[in-house]
Amino acid sequence: MYAFNYHRPETLEAASAALAAAADGQVLAGGQTLIPTLKQRLANPSDVIDLGGIAGLGGVRREGDAIVVGAMTRHAEVASSAEVRNAIPALAALADCIGDPQVRNAGTIGGSIANADPAADYPAAVVGLGATVRTGRRTIAGDDFFTGLFETALEEGEIVLSVSFPVPRRAAYAKFPNPASRYAVVGVMVAETASGVRVAVTGAGGHAFRVGAMESALGASFTPEAIRDVAVSPDGLNEDIHASAEYRAHLVGVMARRAVAAAAGG
Amino acid sequence: MPVDISLNVNGKAVSAQVEDRTLLVELLRENLRLTGTHVGCDTSQCGACVVHVDGRSVKACTMLARQAQGAAVTTIEGLAEDGKLHPMQEAFRENHGLQCGFCTPGMVMSALDLVARNPDPSGAEVREWLEGNLCRCTGYHNIVKSILAGANAMRGGS
Ligand SMILES: Cc1cc2nc3c(=O)[nH]c(=O)nc-3n(C[C@H](O)[C@H](O)[C@H](O)COP(=O)(O)OP(=O)(O)OC[C@H]3O[C@@H](n4cnc5c(N)ncnc54)[C@H](O)[C@@H]3O)c2cc1C
Ligand code: FES
Ligand code: FES
Repeated sequence: MYAFNYHRPETLEAASAALAAAADGQVLAGGQTLIPTLKQRLANPSDVIDLGGIAGLGGVRREGDAIVVGAMTRHAEVASSAEVRNAIPALAALADCIGDPQVRNAGTIGGSIANADPAADYPAAVVGLGATVRTGRRTIAGDDFFTGLFETALEEGEIVLSVSFPVPRRAAYAKFPNPASRYAVVGVMVAETASGVRVAVTGAGGHAFRVGAMESALGASFTPEAIRDVAVSPDGLNEDIHASAEYRAHLVGVMARRAVAAAAGG
Repeated sequence: MPVDISLNVNGKAVSAQVEDRTLLVELLRENLRLTGTHVGCDTSQCGACVVHVDGRSVKACTMLARQAQGAAVTTIEGLAEDGKLHPMQEAFRENHGLQCGFCTPGMVMSALDLVARNPDPSGAEVREWLEGNLCRCTGYHNIVKSILAGANAMRGGS
């Protein structure tokens, strides 16, 4: 690891000021992506600003028809939160299948979505449940948050504060995990919401995306059969040692049908 | 430039000088000479370095020492009392839950976090929980057996 200056501010204002003052500052949340990246010398920030000392950035609360998850809320807390399990069991189940228990005991939702790994799980929930991301500067619609491979709509120095998930009528997440890392080869969140059905895919493309043809078919009939013949094109999908683009396209259909079956049955 | 940090390790207040980039596992092994916490992969995948920080099991190779300022850390050295092994350690010994023993401290620390949440886990739940703990020797069977026996002993069973 290259040397850096560590800061542990106690307020958001102090964190923003430390970021602005740094030649090349980076915030630290659960460290489950950033620390391995630093150890491999793939990043060389001048300053690391730990958000762990700021009160009020973690925790889950109900706000009207939405569940609001603070940026520093760990995956294990989302998985075990009674509030989340009651209102959006699909979100608790998604958090519970991230990595392993020790990753879930440290990693946070803010770090996960800011990192925007194409194979991460939370992006499927942010897009699939039509969430809203609140930062220190503005709110960003879930649909507009992920912009590319490890790319988000976040600007330089912008800190995620929370993610607000509207409670759907029913939803489920189905994931085909990489057997070693547990990251999603393909993961699909299907949700029936007040404004229609949403189908969001992670793992398959450069960033999480929706499948419009499945959404309209499920709007007419919320059954696995309704999307049996909806083909997803492999064009532009990820291709790596784990799976070809064709295989991923096929898995999108399989995972979507499993998610619909689970949501419709539960 | 080294800075002073203070924390509680295995029930004792300690302070040490660390660099900003020092990992928690380096603080434990090199500054405090608690070499029971192992480094198997250093890429956050094997779980040999698992310790408890404020009651949660985490990978000590994936946390900065300075993040543990003021925290309560428990390592494998903190389990035995008055020279008597903790029931989970004893269960690993009884059930041949280790061969080379390299993964064992992480296995035991991880298992104790499971039992704290779920005092009576099933074999399947133990296997699922061990997702982040790799063993190159045993094939896991006796590790699972040990954890079930350890959990049973901790519930007061025989
Ligand atoms: C062995 C292993 C297995 C894993 N498996 C999975 C898996 O199956 N599925 C999955 O989804 N993930 C997986 N992960 C990743 C894990 O979920 C990470 O916790 C997550 O990607 C990053 O969250 P973090 O809190 O650890 O962030 P950090 O590592 O601290 O930060 C990650 C990035 O986000 C930035 N950042 C952090 N917080 C904020 C914020 N509030 N505002 C703005 N920027 C911020 C940081 O500057 C950094 O660039 C795995 C990780 C490991 C080590
Ligand atoms: S040494 Fe920490 S996970 Fe392998
Ligand atoms: S006993 Fe040798 S690695 Fe587990």
